[in-house]
Amino acid sequence: MRGLAVFISDIRNCKSKEAEIKRINKELANIRSKFKGDKALDGYSKKKYVCKLLFIFLLGHDIDFGHMEAVNLLSSNKYTEKQIGYLFISVLVNSNSELIRLINNAIKNDLSSRNPTFMCLALHCIANVGSREMAEAFAGEIPRILVAGDTMDSVKQSAALCLLRLYKTSPDLVLMGEWTSRVVHLLNDQHMGVVTAAISLITCLSQKNPDEFKTCVSLAVSRLSRIVSSASTDLQDYTYYFVPAPWLSCKLLRLLQCYPPPEDGAVKGRLVECLETILNKAQEPPKSKKVQHSNAKNAILFEAISLIIHYDSEPNLLVRACNQLGQFLQHRETNLRYLALESMCTLASSEFSHEAVKTHIETVINALKTERDVSVRQRAADLLYAMCDRSNAKQIVAEMLSYLETADYSIREEMVLKVAILAEKYAVDYSWYVDTILNLIRIAGDYVSEEVWYRVIQIVINRDDVQGYAAKTVFEALQAPACHENMVKVGGYILGEFGNLIAGDPRSSPLVQFNLLHSKFHLCSVPTRALLLSAYIKFINLFPETKSTIQEVLRSDSQIRNSDVELQQRAVEYLKLSSIASTDVLATVLEEMPPFPERESSILAKLKKKKGPGAVSVNELEEGKREGGELNGGGERGGDSSAIASTPSPSADLLGLRAGPPVTAAAPSAGSLLVDVFSEAGVNDDGFLRFVCKNNGVLFENQLLQIGIKSEYRQNLGRMYLFYGNKTSVQFVTFTTTVTCPGDTLVLEPLIEGGAQVQQVINIECLTDFSDAPLLNIKFRYGGALQNLTLKLPVTINKFFQPTEMASHDFFQRWKQLSLPQQEAQKIFKANHAMDTEVLKAKLLGLGMALLENVDPNPENFVCAGVIQTKAQQVGSLLRLEPNAQAQMYRLTVRSSKDTVSKRLCELLAEQF
Amino acid sequence: MQFMLLFSRQGKLRLQKWYVPLSDKEKKKITRELVQTVLARKPKMCSFLEWRDLKIVYKRYASLYFCCAIEDQDNELITLEIIHRYVELLDKYFGSVCELDIIFNFEKAYFILDEFLLGGEAQETSKKNVLKAIEQADLLQEVRHMKQRLPAASSRRSDLHKPLRDDRPKHTHTQPDH
Repeated sequence: MRGLAVFISDIRNCKSKEAEIKRINKELANIRSKFKGDKALDGYSKKKYVCKLLFIFLLGHDIDFGHMEAVNLLSSNKYTEKQIGYLFISVLVNSNSELIRLINNAIKNDLSSRNPTFMCLALHCIANVGSREMAEAFAGEIPRILVAGDTMDSVKQSAALCLLRLYKTSPDLVLMGEWTSRVVHLLNDQHMGVVTAAISLITCLSQKNPDEFKTCVSLAVSRLSRIVSSASTDLQDYTYYFVPAPWLSCKLLRLLQCYPPPEDGAVKGRLVECLETILNKAQEPPKSKKVQHSNAKNAILFEAISLIIHYDSEPNLLVRACNQLGQFLQHRETNLRYLALESMCTLASSEFSHEAVKTHIETVINALKTERDVSVRQRAADLLYAMCDRSNAKQIVAEMLSYLETADYSIREEMVLKVAILAEKYAVDYSWYVDTILNLIRIAGDYVSEEVWYRVIQIVINRDDVQGYAAKTVFEALQAPACHENMVKVGGYILGEFGNLIAGDPRSSPLVQFNLLHSKFHLCSVPTRALLLSAYIKFINLFPETKSTIQEVLRSDSQIRNSDVELQQRAVEYLKLSSIASTDVLATVLEEMPPFPERESSILAKLKKKKGPGAVSVNELEEGKREGGELNGGGERGGDSSAIASTPSPSADLLGLRAGPPVTAAAPSAGSLLVDVFSEAGVNDDGFLRFVCKNNGVLFENQLLQIGIKSEYRQNLGRMYLFYGNKTSVQFVTFTTTVTCPGDTLVLEPLIEGGAQVQQVINIECLTDFSDAPLLNIKFRYGGALQNLTLKLPVTINKFFQPTEMASHDFFQRWKQLSLPQQEAQKIFKANHAMDTEVLKAKLLGLGMALLENVDPNPENFVCAGVIQTKAQQVGSLLRLEPNAQAQMYRLTVRSSKDTVSKRLCELLAEQF
Repeated sequence: MQFMLLFSRQGKLRLQKWYVPLSDKEKKKITRELVQTVLARKPKMCSFLEWRDLKIVYKRYASLYFCCAIEDQDNELITLEIIHRYVELLDKYFGSVCELDIIFNFEKAYFILDEFLLGGEAQETSKKNVLKAIEQADLLQEVRHMKQRLPAASSRRSDLHKPLRDDRPKHTHTQPDH
């Protein structure tokens, strides 16, 4: 297209933006007149002009015509004209309904043309646009093309990925149904390209419907094994720089990460062999010096390590993986160092490899100090955080603190939170904790969020052994001529509460303390000043000798006539309080703050919030473990185990993060610190209820013990794995568990694996519907003291749901059939979390019923259908959830063929949203 | 993969491919932000960075930056090699490809990409098969496709003429097809 080349040259020769725009406008006018002209344009000219328009669009200019001409090109039988037409549509489609119909028509023609190149073009277009309209039109047709015996390989490849794209945009429209097994068998296809394309589709489908696609595991293992054991030349053009089929290998390993380790011993053995071979190959000398060779080889290695971490069950492989990554930590390739740090972060959370990761601490600290690339340093900081435990906390915190002084601005806030969390979590003596936080404020005061300094105050108030030290340290810190406002806040609060503990020393007598605080007053913002005024009135109570001095300050015009209402009010009220109230009354009003109730550390919540809802990862249990570990707030160390049973759920809370009100919202402004600053909106602390909509996670955690749960259910049977983690360094003695079940509704067979106490399997059979949960009693001796703990096992009736898909018509018919008043249970309740559609959907899917789309006439509502399988009978249930965003309320209606089931489901669910 | 961008050292966008639905406004914003971020990085820095909730994988070839956004569970190294394979494909097709080839034959660059990646996933990783598909298409043309090479208007030597690949083995000198 000569004309196009000339036009592009012209544009490139334009000396200024204005000249370019002028040239483009000229061209647009020309094209417009050609398109409008009487003379019919031939295909070539049409193609040329459409291509020019595309070029103009890609330069960043708006295009508002030419769509029709592009659509005309689609029906040309000249390949290049068609191709340009499709390209234009792919890049510039808008949901103009008129055009969509024409485009879909053209696509339909090409799909049925039996000309493979035309079919591929059409499929590429669908995949590129991926709109819902296209899914509606073609989602039924493409699976047929994909599995048909006479489809060309290249068309199959495009069809597979086209379907993947449609599934991602409109999962409800892509139904594999009868095609499932044939799609899975594409993994066996002779053509490597077909396998490469199909596996992406299978992986995505497996994530959503693991059971239906389960057979892919053994196929994937044998395919992988063949590739891994092949010589580097066997696969011809699929060998990339002497690495056999790297893309396919990575995708296979990725697919396997959708599933637990294979149950079949032979398959598992073969897979372990593959993983070992991959690890072995990493030690072999490279077959080429090219970076492409090592990248491809290591891409497979990292994917294999991800799989090993995902399984988290082969200590030998985990340790080998860790050693391999350890070598990469010192590799000369920055990319490898980066990835090794990243991957080790997840390894650190596995109990098998945590110790092995820790041996690399010096290297990681060195990376934090010397890496020139901030993103690598960030990874090193993350890893230090992940590998931190009681044994190395002091070293790691010290290193992170010193890094903070030079850290990139973009990551300082996160670093501050991490240091604060580690300091709190691993504090053995609290003077170290106080020192650390005050250091944080000194070094990076601007990045210390409210949560962090609230938390230090909370801890100091709750622990009387550290109060004197805190008062002394903060007093010293305030001596600095320029100190951060956050320091003044902490100082004001702590001296106001505990200044008396250091008042005996003449160097920090009451008046000295007051003068010190007041010398900062004028430099502070209004909320801090308000806080200081509160500290002053506390001083009057603590030290009557300061009364006249402070009253004078309060009485001064700058306070009592302050233009800020809050400050003025405080000055007036405190002045009156100090002059009218008797010492007794004053002492009662200004009594020492009571200990704060222990809740989840608010800074941890903040960190999780920063990470965003994306942190809810594929493997909930792993996530749960990791987060669970952090949850053990330092302040809890005094309590007995029953009190700690209420530690809020890590993963449930992760889900709720997007939902919950921002942590700071509940905390009043600094000025009103006299009330409990830590009250957060209701945290549901019943461990049991957190598992209604999910099967895996941390059921319980205190400072001694963590219990994780993984469970799976099929029909009326279930199996639950309980993982007991000893968090101490001491052995638990006589560790016994008993499971009891009220009534004869469930059969539970606990099987304790011989010798090992880590894992317990419980087989569950549901005989009839039930409401009361089975109980798990745990007894053990820790350091001589008998620990006794009883937990509700999260086995609920909905676990035995089989989802039932049905159309709108069927749904309403059945709904009507279940019209007896006792068959229906209804609850109207307030939303506990933000009403986020995606979160709601995830929860409803977790419930085990089928979530039905396009059934309820109101798209805001959710309807579900399922059958509960018990040994005695099957109970069909329908559910409807109607959110009212304005009122922040829900109405939940459940209808079942059995009244007790409706009632129980309603009770369980009312707590979930 | 969520999207792929090709841009020059001066920050000019040469090719954009989006595998997730985004508004034009959002695309422009992302492009601006990313181009800035990537161009600000120094040569020896690592090829990966976290950006929003995505992972960015990028590599520079002569005057052009190739930049991909992938999701959390995606593999960085294999993405780096996806970029390289794409460069190889362009190189083989154009014969020692340079930035100008991509400017003047942008539509071809899109076609080759579509044969290689579809919906953000590798469709065909065999170089031979991808090129076969493209060449076949060329043969279907009524007139043999004429690749526009180095028009007279921009004859001055610059980065734009520099072959993108510098890792090609010396002995296999690739002939431009025309």
